[in-house]
Order: sequence, then C-alpha cells, then structure tokens
Amino acid sequence: MNYSIIQLFIFFGVVVLGTVLTRALPFLLFPENKEIPNYMKYLADILPFTIIGMLVVYCLKNISFTKTPYALPEAISIVVIIVLHIWKKNTLLSIGGGALLYMVLVQYVFV
Amino acid sequence: MQTKKAALLAALPLTLPVFTGYLVLGTAYGILMNSKGFSLFWILLSSIFIYAGSMQFVTIALLAAGFDPLGAFLMTLAVNARHIFYGISMLKQYRGIGRLKPYLIFSLTDETFSIVCSAKVPEKVEPKWFYFFISLLDHLYWITGSLIGGILGSMLHFNTKGMDFVLTALFVVILINQWQQTTNHLPAIIGIVSAIACRLIFGPSNFIIPAMLMILFCVTVWKAPLERGNKS
Repeated sequence: MNYSIIQLFIFFGVVVLGTVLTRALPFLLFPENKEIPNYMKYLADILPFTIIGMLVVYCLKNISFTKTPYALPEAISIVVIIVLHIWKKNTLLSIGGGALLYMVLVQYVFV
Repeated sequence: MQTKKAALLAALPLTLPVFTGYLVLGTAYGILMNSKGFSLFWILLSSIFIYAGSMQFVTIALLAAGFDPLGAFLMTLAVNARHIFYGISMLKQYRGIGRLKPYLIFSLTDETFSIVCSAKVPEKVEPKWFYFFISLLDHLYWITGSLIGGILGSMLHFNTKGMDFVLTALFVVILINQWQQTTNHLPAIIGIVSAIACRLIFGPSNFIIPAMLMILFCVTVWKAPLERGNKS
C-alpha cells in the first residue's frame, strides 16, 4: 500500500470520527442539561436486554448449518456454557470452560 | 484514593474474559497490520483512537481497496451503527458522571458496554470510578494486544484458533444472567429473533442495521406489555 503520511492521517482520522460519532450521538442529542424524553428512558431500560441477544447472534454471524462442521463447535460449546453456568453459577468458569472447549473442538475435533 | 482502589479491585475480575479476548484479537490485529507494512506508530494510533475491533480490521481492507475517505467514513457509520444503541442504553446511568464522561462514551465498545450495562455496582464503590476502570482496563488490554502483535509479528506460532470465542462466551453468560434476573423474557427474545431473522434475510455483513430497526419497531409496538413486565 503506497499512501503518504497525510493520506493515512486522513484515512484513520475519518474512521476515528465515524466511530466516535456513533458512540457519542445519543449523548450529544441529550446532553446533561436537557431532560431525557420518557420514550428514550423506556429505551434505555429495555434495550440492554435486547442488545446482548443481538450481540450473541452477531458473534455467530458466519456459522453455517449447511456446510461442515454444521456449526457444531459453536452449538456444543454454547450448550455446555449454558449448563455449566446454570449449574455452577461461576462466570469465569463458564466463559473459560466454554472457550477452552471451543478451542479443542476447532483445533482437534472438527478440523 | 481508597475509593478508586476499591473501584479498580471491583472492576478487575469482571474484565478478565475481555482481557483474554482482546489480547488475542488485538494481537491478531497487530500481526495483520505488521504484515501490511504498518509501523508500531500506526498500530498504536489506531488501537488507542479508533478502538473498535471489527472496524480496525475493516480499515485494513478499505485501505487495500484505495483512498476513499468519504466511503471509509460512511462504512464506519454502517459498521459501528450498533454503538448508538449502547449510548441510548447508558444515557441514564452515565448522567451526571462529570469529567470522566467523555472517556466513558469514547471507550464504549461491545464488550465494555456488555459489562457496564449488566454489572451491579458494589456497595461503597463510586459508580463513576467503577465504570471508568472497566472501560480503561479493556482499552489497555486492546492496546497491549495490538502492540504484542505488532512487535512479535509473524514470530508467534502459538495456535490461538478459536480463542476469540471467549467474547462470544462472555455475551452468552451475560444473556443467561439477564434471563435469570428478569421474569419478562420478551426483550431478550425480540433481540435474538430480530437478529437471526435479519441475518438470514440480509446475510452476514449487512444485517445489524435492519436488526436494530426491527428491534426498535418491536419494542415500540409492544411498549405497554414490556413496561408492565419490567416493573414486576
């Protein structure tokens, strides 16, 4: 890639600007001195419970049920995480155990 | 000083899954940037100031495609649109937080958001410092990871395949916790079903914005039952 320093600064700069904008927009629209409308308060209460589910799907967006390994590593690991978490209620154990199992599955079992 | 230390100690264990995930993904990013001929300066600059995992990877692809700042800007808005939901969700919690607020907003990544929106602030810990340390630690993990990748580059041969699944696991566990904390599961179901439906219709790279619109539509249409369920 042959870019000048100026071009790179512009390029990275617009990406920084765009990212900051998406993070700051709600706070810019409703600054400290402005009353948050009831509808926005409602969204603030309800959205966290919907977004985490969306994020899980986002993480799994590239899996395929029609091609090998048919999303089996993901499915098996998530089932184990759910069982482990309901059973032991230990966040780090559920996350660590699930991720370790997934690594073993993709590196040794479904290669 | 004592209150800050308490906040740091409360924040630290919650960020451990992010530590693993960011170190692995950050290293992968550093290695990739290094292989494209970028110096540590650009790796650091982008991990400190862009600080958005998927977008940083997309930036490499955009640079390879040619110099198009406007296109890159619009692409950034599209890829990061989901952040708008995080901001809306934190509007109340981050109100009146003072001089730390700009940094908390700047560093609101998927992972940091998932922790600050769901973790209970322990007693005797000031919320603002609790949120600050979660945000700062995650940010430092990401920077450290990309530095390791940038310095060691292709010398690393440890097979990390699948290790980034810690972040998926983190979200799954938060989802289970939320599910057990509430009696009304409609919000979670709306989120999952909207995302799956839009993923199937629009494909893996263009589904988040439609999913966000569908979620917004559903929670607006079902505002009354959702509010009733939330209070009980």
